[in-house]
Amino acid sequence: MSFTIATTVDEALVALDAGARPIAGGTDLVVGARHGKAALPADLVAIDRIDELGGVELDSAGVRVGALMSHAELMTDPVIVGSYTAIADASALVGSPSTRHVGTLGGNVMNGSPAMDTGAPLTVLRAAAELRSVTGSRTVSLDELWAGPGRTTANPGELLVALHLPPAWDRCGSAYVRLEYRRAMEIAVVGAAAAVTLAADGTVASVAVALAAVAPTILSVDGVNEALVGRTAAAAGPVAAALASEQAAPISDLRASDRYRRHCIGVMAKRAVDAAARRADGESIAVPVNRSLGIGAA
Amino acid sequence: MTTSYELDVNGVTYPVTADQGKNLLSVIRENVGLTGTKEGCDDCECGACMVLLDGQPLNSCSYLAVQAQGRQVTTIEGVMDGPEMHALQRNLLEAGGVQCGFCTPGMIMSAKALLERDARPELDAARIGLSGNLCRCTGYAKILSAVEATAVELNT
Ligand SMILES: Cc1cc2nc3c(=O)[nH]c(=O)nc-3n(C[C@H](O)[C@H](O)[C@H](O)COP(=O)(O)OP(=O)(O)OC[C@H]3O[C@@H](n4cnc5c(N)ncnc54)[C@H](O)[C@@H]3O)c2cc1C
Repeated sequence: MSFTIATTVDEALVALDAGARPIAGGTDLVVGARHGKAALPADLVAIDRIDELGGVELDSAGVRVGALMSHAELMTDPVIVGSYTAIADASALVGSPSTRHVGTLGGNVMNGSPAMDTGAPLTVLRAAAELRSVTGSRTVSLDELWAGPGRTTANPGELLVALHLPPAWDRCGSAYVRLEYRRAMEIAVVGAAAAVTLAADGTVASVAVALAAVAPTILSVDGVNEALVGRTAAAAGPVAAALASEQAAPISDLRASDRYRRHCIGVMAKRAVDAAARRADGESIAVPVNRSLGIGAA
Repeated sequence: MTTSYELDVNGVTYPVTADQGKNLLSVIRENVGLTGTKEGCDDCECGACMVLLDGQPLNSCSYLAVQAQGRQVTTIEGVMDGPEMHALQRNLLEAGGVQCGFCTPGMIMSAKALLERDARPELDAARIGLSGNLCRCTGYAKILSAVEATAVELNT
C-alpha cells in the first residue's frame, strides 16, 4: 500500500508504471470506494499538484486543455467560455461549488460514466485525448477512448495529460443542455451537446450532436451533418431531435424509464442545436445555458 | 496501512498517524480533535462536513486526509475572529438562521468561500454558492438573509 504525491508528470508515470492509480480530485474515486462500488486502490499517486497538467493554452494545432483543469476553472476560462462554450455549460452544472473546485476534466473523462457532463461537449468539439506513459505518448479520439460504462481503452500505465481541441472558426457556436430534476447535486437524466457553424446566409454549414446518458458511452449522432447542412437554424432543431431519439439506446433505472429518456433526448438535442445556432449567430447566452434559458428542468 | 504525515488545520500543524484511506473528516474529528465539522450523510451529498481547502469548499467526508498534506485546511473553529464571532456567525444567530444547528458549520464554510469569490452575490449566486449544503429544519430563507446581511456589513 502506498500514497505518493507527484509534482511532475514523469514522477506520476513512474508510479503508474509500478501499478499505482492516479487520483486527481477523488470525487469519483473516493466517493465510489465509499459506496462500495470498487475498493480504494491500494497504491495511489496524487496528481493534483502537477503544474504541467493544468492550464488552457493556444498552440498551432488549436487549444490544449490540461487534464487537471477543474470544473470551476473551465466554467470561467475565457478561451473555453468564448470558443468552446459547451464545455463551460457542462462544467457549470457539475455537483456543487465543492465538486466543481476539486473535480477535474481528466477525472470526468477517465471515469468514463455514460452520464459524464463534459463528454458530449468534448465530442461535438472534436477533442482528442493525449495519453502518456513511461514508454511514450499517443493521441486518441474520444470514440476510441471510451469503451463502455466506467471503462476506457487506456492502459493502466497511461496518464491523460491533456485534451486537444481544433482551432475555433468563425460563426461557430456550441451548447450543452441536460435534463435535470433539481438544480444542484444532480446527474444528467439525459444530456445533449451541439456545435453549429453557420454560413453567411444564416443556414447551417456544419453541425455535430452528441448525447449523454442514453447509451453505454457518449453517443455521437450519425447523419446529423448530412441531414442539416443547408437548412435554416430553425428547421434544424426538429430534425436533430428525431435523429437523436431514433439513435438513443437508453436504459430504465430509478431516475427515468427508457421511453422517457428516448423522448427527452430529442427535446434536449433540439434545445442544444437552437442554443448553439444562436451563439453561432453572435448572440451571447450566459453559461450555463441550462440556467440562462431555463431549458433543462423537467 | 497506517501512515504518518502532517496536516495544517487552521494554521496549526498537527502530526497525524492514520490509515491511508481515512477521510479528512474523520482525521479532523478523531486525530486532530476538532469536532465542529459534522458528519451528516457521509456520502458527499449534504455538506455538513464542508471545510475549506486552500480557501475553496471541500466535502471532507469524501476526501483522503493524506491528500490534504501541504495544503491549508480551515474548519469552523478557524472562522472566529479571535474571541469575536465572524460576521456570518453573528448574522445567522440574528436572522434565526440556526435551528438545530447541525448544518450550520458547513453552511458557514460554503458561505465564507462564496463571499471571498463574490463579495456582493445576487440572490441566485448565493443559492448556487450554498447549493452543496442541505438544511432540513431551519429552511433556507433565513440562512440566505444572513449571508446577504454579512455581504452588506463587510462591504460598507
Ligand atoms: C456530489 C457529486 C456530484 C457530482 N456531480 C457530477 C455532475 O453533475 N456531472 C458529472 O459529470 N460528474 C459529476 N460528479 C462526478 C465527478 O465529480 C466528476 O466526474 C469529476 O470530474 C471527477 O474528477 P476527479 O478529479 O474528482 O476524478 P478522480 O475521482 O480523481 O478520478 C476519477 C477516475 O479517473 C482516473 N483519473 C483521474 N485523472 C486522470 C488522469 N489525468 N489520467 C488518467 N486517469 C485519471 C482515476 O484513476 C479514477 O479512476 C459528481 C460527483 C460528486 C461526488
